[in-house]
Amino acid sequence: MTLLDTEPVAGTDTAPSRRGGAWRRLRADRSALAALVLVGLLALAALAAPLLTALEGQDPTTFHSQLLDSARGGVPHGAFGGLSGDHWLGVEPGTGRDVFARVVYGARVSLGVALAATVLELVIGIAIGLAAGLGGPRLDAVLSRVIEIAIAFPSLLLALALMAIVPDSVPRPVLVALAITAVNWGNVARVTRAQAMSLRSREYVDAARLAGLGPLPIALREILPGLTTPLMVLAALKVPNNIVNEAGLSFLGAGVRPPTPSWGQMLSTSTTWFQTDPAYVIIPGGLLLVTLLAFSLFADGVRRALDPRSVRV
Amino acid sequence: MIWFLTRRVLATVAVLLAMSAIVYGLFYLMPGDPAVLACGKRCGPEQLVVTRHKLGLDQAVYLQYWHFLEGLVIGRDYSSGPDVNHCAAPCLGYSFQSDQPVTSLLLDRLPVSASLTLGALLLALVLGVGAGLLSALRRGTVVERLLTGVTLLGFSTPVFLIGLILLLVFCAWLKVLPFPSYVPVTQNPVEWARNLVLPWCALALIEAALFARVARAGILETLAEDHIRTFRAYGLSERQVVRRHALRGALAPVATITAVELATIIVSAMLTESMFGLPGIGKLAVEATTSVDLPVIVGVTLLAGTAVVLANAVADLLHAAIDPRVKLA
Repeated sequence: MTLLDTEPVAGTDTAPSRRGGAWRRLRADRSALAALVLVGLLALAALAAPLLTALEGQDPTTFHSQLLDSARGGVPHGAFGGLSGDHWLGVEPGTGRDVFARVVYGARVSLGVALAATVLELVIGIAIGLAAGLGGPRLDAVLSRVIEIAIAFPSLLLALALMAIVPDSVPRPVLVALAITAVNWGNVARVTRAQAMSLRSREYVDAARLAGLGPLPIALREILPGLTTPLMVLAALKVPNNIVNEAGLSFLGAGVRPPTPSWGQMLSTSTTWFQTDPAYVIIPGGLLLVTLLAFSLFADGVRRALDPRSVRV
Repeated sequence: MIWFLTRRVLATVAVLLAMSAIVYGLFYLMPGDPAVLACGKRCGPEQLVVTRHKLGLDQAVYLQYWHFLEGLVIGRDYSSGPDVNHCAAPCLGYSFQSDQPVTSLLLDRLPVSASLTLGALLLALVLGVGAGLLSALRRGTVVERLLTGVTLLGFSTPVFLIGLILLLVFCAWLKVLPFPSYVPVTQNPVEWARNLVLPWCALALIEAALFARVARAGILETLAEDHIRTFRAYGLSERQVVRRHALRGALAPVATITAVELATIIVSAMLTESMFGLPGIGKLAVEATTSVDLPVIVGVTLLAGTAVVLANAVADLLHAAIDPRVKLA
C-alpha cells in the first residue's frame, strides 16, 4: 500500500521526461510562442477592460447619436467608422456606442464563455469517458450510445433550441456556457473512454488493483495521469472551437442579451451595415479572426510538441 | 454480412428512437407549458384547456410520446370539438406560429437547403481534393506550407465571418454579385446560381479545409502502398499512378468524413442561411427558436439528427462494401 501511495508506476508511463521535452519543443516553436503571446495579450485586454475603457474615457453602453449621420441612415461621421482620438475604433452605426469599449468587453464574453465551456466539457467528458471505459461492459454499452448521440447531434442547433426554452432567470453568459457544454462534451468522453480502455489492462493498473485500490482511486490516480497528453491537445483545440460556438450563438441572436456586447452580436448587426459602414465588419471580424488564428496556431503547437511523431496533416 | 447488416440496422433504429425520446422529452417536458405557447398571447383559461386537450398534453407522458411516434409512422388525428384534423405521416404536428403542418414547412424549405448544401459540397470536394492532392505531391515545398496555412485559416474561421467578407468584397466593393436572395432553379437557373455563388463559396471554403486534410493523408497513405510500387515498376507514369490510383485513396476517406462531419456541415449551412437570409431549413430553425415554436424546433432537430445517424450508417456500410480490409464486426 505504501508503495503505491507515491504512485511511481503511473509516473513511468506518463513519462515526465517526455513531457519535459514537450515543454522544450513548445518553447522552440516560434509560431506557437507568437500565438501564445497574442492570446496572452487578448486575455489581458479582456481582464483589464474597465481599465482600458477608463483610459479611453468611454463605456460600452452610452449612445452618441450626435456622432451619427442621420442623413445616411445613422452611419458614423468621419472616416473608417468614425475613428477619432475620443473613439479609438470609431462608433457603432445606428447607436453611436463606442466600438473599442464594446470590443474589449466583448472579449470578456467570448474568452470567458469559451474557457468556462471548455473546462466544463472536460470535466463532464472525462467523468463519463472514465465511467464508460472502466465501469464494465454493460455500463459501457449504455454510455457509448449516449456518447454517440451526443456527438452525432448538430450541436449549435441543439444549443440554440436549449437557449430558447430555458427561462430567463439564469444569467445569460452562464447559460451560453452551459448550452455549449451540453452539446460538445461528447468527443472528450470518446477520447477518454478509448484511452482508459487501453490503459486499464496495463500491468501497473493490475498492480494497483491487486494492492486493493478501489475503482475510483484507480481511475483518478492511475488512469487519469495517462490521459493528460491527448486531453491537453483536445482542450487546446476546444477553446477556439468554443469561441466560434459562442460567436455563432450570438450571431443567431441566442447569445448574451444586449446591451452586453459580444463579437458575434456585433457581426450579426454588421450584416445590415456592411455596405455603408465596412469598418464595423472589419473591426470585430478581424479581431475574431486573429483570436481564432492565434488559438489554433497555439493548439497546433501544443499538439506537435506533445506528440512529435504525429504527421502534420 | 447479413448478420452485420441486421445488427447495424437495429442499432440505427435504436439510436433514432433514443434520439426522438430525448428531443421530445427535452422540449415538451421542460418547465413552462407548451399549451400556453401553442395558444398564444390572448388566450383565456377555457381556451387553454381546449388547446391542451387538442394537443393531447393532458395525457400521461409516455402516452404523449407514443402518440408522437404514432404520428411519425402512421399519422394522427387532432380533434377540436366537431372538426377532426388529419395529419398524415410523417406527422410532426402543427406550427404554433403559422398553424401549418411542420412536415410541409420543412418540405417547402428543403429545396433551398439542398441547393445550398449540395452545391457547396460539390465545390468543396473539387477544392479540397485538389488542394489535398497538390499539397501531398508538393511535400516540403512552399506550396505545401501555403496550403497548410490556408487550411488552418479555413478551419478556424466561422462561416458567417467568411460570408461577411465575401459580401463586403463582391457585393459592396466590386459590385459584381447581387446580395443573395433565393430564386428557385425551376424558375431561372442562371439567377439561381448567381444568387447562390457567395453562399456556396462561404460554406465550401469551410468544408474544403476539412477535405483537404483528409484527402492529403489518404493520398500519402495510398502512394506508400505496395501495389503503387508495383504499378510504378510496371512503368506507369507518375501522372497515371496519381490519376488512376492515388486519387481513389483520397475519395474513400473524404466520403467517410462527409458523413462523420455531417452534423458540423448542417450547423454551418444553418449559419450560412441566416447570414445570407436564404429561406432554408436552418433559417426556419432560427426563427422557430426565437418564437419558441416547439413543434418546428422538434421537427428540425429530429430531421437533422436523423440525417446524421443515417449518413453514418450508410458510410459504415459503404466503407465495408468498398474496402475489403474493413472487418464486418
